[in-house]
Amino acid sequence: MITGSGILRGLWTTFRHFIKTYLEDLRSGKKRYFTTEGIELRRSPDVEGIFTIQYPEEKLPVPEEFRYIPFLVYDEGDNGEKEIRCTSCGICAKVCPPQCIWIVRTNDPVTGKPIPQPKEFYIDVDICMNCGFCAEFCPFDAIKMDHDYEIASYDRFKEHIFDLERLSKPASYYAQIRPTNFMREEAARAEKEAQKAAARKPAS
Amino acid sequence: MSEQVGVQSSSLTERFPEIILPDSRTGYSGFLVKPENLVVVAQALRDEMGYDYLSSVTGVDYLPENKMEVVYHFYRTIGGGALVLKTQVDRENPVVPSLTPLFPGAEFQEREAWDLLGIRFANHPDLRRILTWEGFHGHPLRKDWKEPFFEEEAKPFKSRWPEGHVYRAEDKNPFHDNLQYPAGFDPEQWSPETDELLYAGLKRVDKSDDLLTEQVVVNLGPQHPSTHGVFRMVVVLDGETVVDLKPIMGYLHRNHEKIGERNTFLQNMPFTDRLDYVCSMSNNFGYALAVEKLMGIQPPERAEYIRVMMAELTRFLNHIFSIGFLLNDLGAFFTPMLYALEERELILDVFEAVSGSRMMCNYFRFGGVARDIPVEVMEKIRKLVFDRLPRKLDEMDYFITNNEIVRGRCEGVGVLTAERAIALSASGPVLRASGVAYDVRRADPYSIYDRFEFDIPVRYNGDIYDRYLLRLEEMRQSLRILRQVLKDIPDGPILSGKPQYQVRVPAGESYGRVEGPKGELGFYVVSNGKPNPWRYHVRAPTFINLTSLAEMCRGQKIADVVTILGSIDIVLGEVDR
Repeated sequence: MITGSGILRGLWTTFRHFIKTYLEDLRSGKKRYFTTEGIELRRSPDVEGIFTIQYPEEKLPVPEEFRYIPFLVYDEGDNGEKEIRCTSCGICAKVCPPQCIWIVRTNDPVTGKPIPQPKEFYIDVDICMNCGFCAEFCPFDAIKMDHDYEIASYDRFKEHIFDLERLSKPASYYAQIRPTNFMREEAARAEKEAQKAAARKPAS
Repeated sequence: MSEQVGVQSSSLTERFPEIILPDSRTGYSGFLVKPENLVVVAQALRDEMGYDYLSSVTGVDYLPENKMEVVYHFYRTIGGGALVLKTQVDRENPVVPSLTPLFPGAEFQEREAWDLLGIRFANHPDLRRILTWEGFHGHPLRKDWKEPFFEEEAKPFKSRWPEGHVYRAEDKNPFHDNLQYPAGFDPEQWSPETDELLYAGLKRVDKSDDLLTEQVVVNLGPQHPSTHGVFRMVVVLDGETVVDLKPIMGYLHRNHEKIGERNTFLQNMPFTDRLDYVCSMSNNFGYALAVEKLMGIQPPERAEYIRVMMAELTRFLNHIFSIGFLLNDLGAFFTPMLYALEERELILDVFEAVSGSRMMCNYFRFGGVARDIPVEVMEKIRKLVFDRLPRKLDEMDYFITNNEIVRGRCEGVGVLTAERAIALSASGPVLRASGVAYDVRRADPYSIYDRFEFDIPVRYNGDIYDRYLLRLEEMRQSLRILRQVLKDIPDGPILSGKPQYQVRVPAGESYGRVEGPKGELGFYVVSNGKPNPWRYHVRAPTFINLTSLAEMCRGQKIADVVTILGSIDIVLGEVDR
């Protein structure tokens, strides 16, 4: 082999990469940048030329399973009141690997017995490792992983412990970020309700 | 495999009738030997029975029995199951003879056992702390040692529910109290005098010529752009030639194993992601295997295929990444690496879509995987495996393999011979590039690797260039496995049994090992029937591969040290644990 040809090959590869970007630009015109279509194209296995997504002007769409800091799902009642799904059973707090979930259970003021509703609910997002176990093992579909990853703030001491208020998000939001999961869970729930209703009928 | 164990036990107990006893505790296997007979037995294992590869050395603190146990896993490089040797000593003053003179690969592992468990190894050439700092007080993996943030022996903590009034750990422990110092210790006054000892302990050459030249000690790192993280090498230089070298690590140490013993079995899964954060899927695989062995469960067919698929994709992305970085170390600033990163990004997109996270996948569960693969992702994997990845691999081969600079700087540099590689317990590409065809996928098949057709690539020169070529070839073999997986993958369930957050693990020990992209990744887990593991040890391949770094570097030029380190392909998250 001729000395120097190896280096020329390397330079040729780089040069081809460089040219391809412009060829792709010419071929796809304006839609290559700053459009959903262009971003999809640039992250597909067929991409040639430039690969970069120019964050924050452009953002990669996240897949449905993407997980970031958990949130609590509430259903909207008839009068618009929040019906939080959480029953404060504590499974999420028990399964959490870095132990970043803190729950205070509500007790009935008269009888002192626990009421299935959280009085306080905290997640220390500095400690949360985004593993998704809480969402995976919640039996009530009450805690789910979010898609909103832009939560940087200036003061970690004031803002990085999320309370019940900050954590609550409507079920419609959940349906929007995770449509297939939502559909599956709703179907399972409806089926369970139907079974329950069927079981109740003969007794009454 | 059970047959094989039978043969071993009879020959070993015949050879040493009085000395060796089978380990009869329920759930345990292997042999118990008295510390005074350890060296004799180990020598016989190596020289007479072919157990030439000491894979893992670790200790276990059996506090209730007031015993310290050292566990050795021996293998044959021709393949086969493990021979486990254990020796028990008193907990108060544990002294065990060192196996480093016989198996130099035990050097760092014995230092680790000394550092974390306080087991003293007699005859060890350099028994210093390795992961914690020189002034550290106590041995953190002992069961009676408590960390400064100590709350309870085991998770889940009672303070979280039902009366979980939130507080920050630092509010409870103001920052200046967060460290434990020995009594009378003042950090302001402390100077690392052990560094002087370390420098003095390095080898020097005898100079016979008349030139009055001095041999210089140079510290490469911890903050050095080419050490792939916070890693330090102390080098003695004669001119530009390396005379001796000692790696110093532990700057990223967080005592992963202690955290693991506080966690429940399942809670450890996301923590394994953080070991070798480039290949989290492989880490998940190893840990899942170890615990499944203890629980005695098998994942369903589809899950096995998905596991193999993820492990091989991980191997591909790790190797392409490490080749890119090797070129960076050679001075080809970032262009080849960014080409490599493109392919890695595409694979990470797949991981994100199936597991929810690009790098911290947390995808495996005991008895299967967390989720099934969506149809469109499967399509993407097909496109990658059948079209894009082979094409890009060929491109990489085309523009790097015969590059004059790459060949000039890599051929014949950093040589490790086959005998030394085995003796130093090197594994993975480092071992195979030295001419030893040892791959756990073939030597001791796990999961469903025995079903696939693939070759174990071997190279014989043991230099950097061969390690590069070997990684290239391994990627081709990974693609070959992936093609078979994609062809055969059946439909069906992905988890055996119901998803459980609190698994029941019977008492016993198990060692699960996989061929990770960087070498043999092993998890040694001891359970006592409680929800938390009693002992959780990681045999980190890059940590042990670093044992051979000094050997490879002696006599080389200082500029090549960086490349040699790059060719071992270390990740500090795993080295330091």
